[in-house]
Amino acid sequence: MPTTETFYEVMRRQGITRRSFLKFCSLTATALGLGPAYSAQLAAAMETKPRIPVLWLHGLECTCCSESFIRSAHPLVKDVVLSMISLDYDDTIMAASGHQAEAIVAEIRKKYKGNYILAVEGNAPLNQDGMSCFIAGRPFLEQLKEAAADCKAIISWGSCASWGCVQAAHPNPTQAVPIHKVIHDKPIIKVPGCPPIAEVMTAVVTYMLTFERIPELDRQGRPKMFYGQRIHDKCYRRPHFDAGQFVESWDDEGARRGYCLYKMGCKGPTTYNACSTVRWNSGVSFPIQSGHGCIGCSEDGFWDKGSFYDHVTDTRVFGVELNADRVGLAAAGTVGAAVAVHAVASTIQRVRQPGDFGDRTPGGNPGADDPAKQQTGERS
Amino acid sequence: MSIQTPNGFTLDNAGTRVVVDPVTRIEGHLRCEVNLDEHNVIRNAVSTGTMWRGLEVILKGRDPRDAWAFTERICGVCTGTHALTSVRAVEDALGIQIPENANTIRNIMQLTLQSHDHLVHFYHLHALDWVDVVSALKADPKATSVLAQSISAWPQSSPGWFRDVQNRLKRFVESGQLGPFMNGYWGNPAYKLPPEANLMAVAHYLEALDFQREIVKIHTVYGGKNPHPNWLVGGVPCAINLDDTGAVGAVNMERLNLVSSIIDRTIDFIDQVYLPDLLAIASFYKDWTFGGGLSSQSVMSYGDIPERANDNSAANQLLPRGAIINGNLQEVHDVDLSDPAQIQEFVAHSWYTYEDEQKGLHPWDGVTEPNFVLGPKTKGTKTNIQEIDEDAKYSWIKAPRWRGHAMEVGPLARWVIGYAKGMPEFKEPVEKVLTDLNLPVTALFSTLGRTAARGLEASWAVHKLRYFQDKLVANLKAGDSATANATKWDPSTWPKEARGVGTTEAPRGALGHWIVIKDGRIENYQAVVPTTWNGSPRDPAGNIGAFEAALLNTPLAVPDQPLEILRTLHSFDPCLACSTHVMSPDGEELTRVKVR
Repeated sequence: MPTTETFYEVMRRQGITRRSFLKFCSLTATALGLGPAYSAQLAAAMETKPRIPVLWLHGLECTCCSESFIRSAHPLVKDVVLSMISLDYDDTIMAASGHQAEAIVAEIRKKYKGNYILAVEGNAPLNQDGMSCFIAGRPFLEQLKEAAADCKAIISWGSCASWGCVQAAHPNPTQAVPIHKVIHDKPIIKVPGCPPIAEVMTAVVTYMLTFERIPELDRQGRPKMFYGQRIHDKCYRRPHFDAGQFVESWDDEGARRGYCLYKMGCKGPTTYNACSTVRWNSGVSFPIQSGHGCIGCSEDGFWDKGSFYDHVTDTRVFGVELNADRVGLAAAGTVGAAVAVHAVASTIQRVRQPGDFGDRTPGGNPGADDPAKQQTGERS
Repeated sequence: MSIQTPNGFTLDNAGTRVVVDPVTRIEGHLRCEVNLDEHNVIRNAVSTGTMWRGLEVILKGRDPRDAWAFTERICGVCTGTHALTSVRAVEDALGIQIPENANTIRNIMQLTLQSHDHLVHFYHLHALDWVDVVSALKADPKATSVLAQSISAWPQSSPGWFRDVQNRLKRFVESGQLGPFMNGYWGNPAYKLPPEANLMAVAHYLEALDFQREIVKIHTVYGGKNPHPNWLVGGVPCAINLDDTGAVGAVNMERLNLVSSIIDRTIDFIDQVYLPDLLAIASFYKDWTFGGGLSSQSVMSYGDIPERANDNSAANQLLPRGAIINGNLQEVHDVDLSDPAQIQEFVAHSWYTYEDEQKGLHPWDGVTEPNFVLGPKTKGTKTNIQEIDEDAKYSWIKAPRWRGHAMEVGPLARWVIGYAKGMPEFKEPVEKVLTDLNLPVTALFSTLGRTAARGLEASWAVHKLRYFQDKLVANLKAGDSATANATKWDPSTWPKEARGVGTTEAPRGALGHWIVIKDGRIENYQAVVPTTWNGSPRDPAGNIGAFEAALLNTPLAVPDQPLEILRTLHSFDPCLACSTHVMSPDGEELTRVKVR
């Protein structure tokens, strides 16, 4: 049997009707934010393209990325694994262990040289000769470098592979480093988050398979389509921020009314991710909707930026001289003052645009391309 | 050479050494080496944790209110249980009382995890040890349907349903791209299920993969996301608003209904799919009685799921607390996590250093200084280990002991303790399963017993979910909608120095966090986790841990295929990221690798 069937062939063989297939393409196009016009293009691509092998390695990590991946609702992970990719190595779910497992890496490298995707969850420690994470008796770093040598591209799943995440937090005892620090000669797509959103993960995979290219990336290496805007930019509680209505204490009146969590430390204003739009677990909720501030888990070094409950006081989220603290102070005074401040801020915002804010800039988000600016959320 | 361990096991490393690395279908990285005698029976077993990350030292100097988020990242599979343990430890240290609703919602979060985690473990991590996927191709879909309908009312059971699954599987296998099923042990004679049972299990493997993502939406409602929902010292972060303006921004009637409907569907799935499958599969493996290990002699549970808020007494925990030693089910000992004489960790065979490695340390006094050295009988090199030397240090996991005893923790431990205490919620289901399968009580102490206890617990947990969701609604009806106590949120209200301990029963077993707070910052943080207990290496006295004990005396049908080893290790649901996160006090590299 050929090993390079198209998605369409595989799906048809698995009893999926053409009608279901087209429906799937339509849903996928929507999930990718491409709109209905792209569904035909997607269908055409899937009818002619082969299933691509994926090696999914695990370094120092907690497996939250894998757990997130299997939460995907569209597409279902069952369909991803059975019909879209050939997930030939993933030690969390694979049947084989020991040398039968390790033999697969060698086989795929040889058989699909230059034509498989390497997905990495977790990262590699450099201290202790790399032996604080060893597989088959050898440092994980060696397995990573070998699997990377013949791959087509690398997906760095989650904040561990993208930035280092919790084990790389100060003082980074194992000297854990993200993938791009040890692999320099392959395209790397970073999909940060702790973990990333399930449908973002499957959309990145589907996009690459469908369009045969890696998604457009920002200067930090993240797909712009999902990481181009701040949580704050699209947060449904944003009107309360603009109105100076804040939660001041846990379970207070403001908390029950769904006011803005900025004063409780929310990192939404400095975090680039799709949580406030795609949301989590089939769109059920996201952290802010369930009453806790964003902890900024998709940002580089988010563990070392002070407490999750410190508010981001240096952030000029209004893009004006006023910051939200002062708005909040005014709001605490009288309702009238809050309304007045809001009006002033909104007026200044209107005067300043377009061009001041990432979400309003036609050509994309300038802040997202500049790590320094992105960390503070400052306007350019 | 044959030796006797103090805890009663005979080890003989004379025969053929078999190395399994990596052990897959677990969380994290584990290596296992065994010696086989001339009949391919395991006579020596060595369990090696092969990763560590150092989270405890990373926590030093940080805000105790942040600790839940760091510790939650110890494990993304048992997501949330470390966070809950952490907020309990901080609240214990600072004397914070939480509202009744917060306790109830925390229980709902924890029981959601138990239900989800056990289900995913059974189908996606463990089932392939019992189910031969390729054999399912030979099944008769009609006979499969008869089998399925004879054991359950689950509606997706028609011949057409199973024929469709079989056709999809057939074409998948014929494609030559086997994906995660590549190089499996298909056809191994240790597989005992008839093709029809295999087909039914494969169908449910796929159905469970679809369904599991529904269960965790309960976490998403109350915690904002899954994996890694959000928690709060002093309560839970989600406010409740049933009546007033802004209710759509909080937990409201629609959210309560969503949770309620998920609970109902999860009850159906666990009781109509998971449990019948478990019993059906077990009935074909009744003769495979291996893997008991420590379970018949030394088991421990800290207890969890407090009925009322702010009462940590054993009587208030719906999952039992206690310890059984020397196989005496007549006596269940009290467990006190603050008593320095009870829980101690040893490092004589772990890659850490103590001043005196003959002694153990209580977690509040814990020291974690890495020392990666290999013994003289190691085969290979320092970065290419062929065979490890278990007479020396051989694991990144420490060896915790309770009053000097190696203990097994986990669902089987909890259920044995509940059974021994005569608690009807545990005793009656156990007796029913034993009666249905016509097995003696000693059959509990086995690999299959561990797997069965997990299934019973999943059902227990999902029905308790129903109970606590109803309790939440009843309390709301009575007019109490408080979810957090912020009176001690400000660090200026804290004592200058405080210490606390928090516990949960994680899906994998007893979990404890010990914290010391000084001047509003974390002075010391130690976690002793379930797989530290179960995956523990030898201690200075030579007692072996639960994994090692359970593997002994098991025959391998095909010595080159570690199917039976995987079966028993998986029955513990190992979590290696959990067990090996400890690190040095100052975070520096303290040692170089030496081969002595």
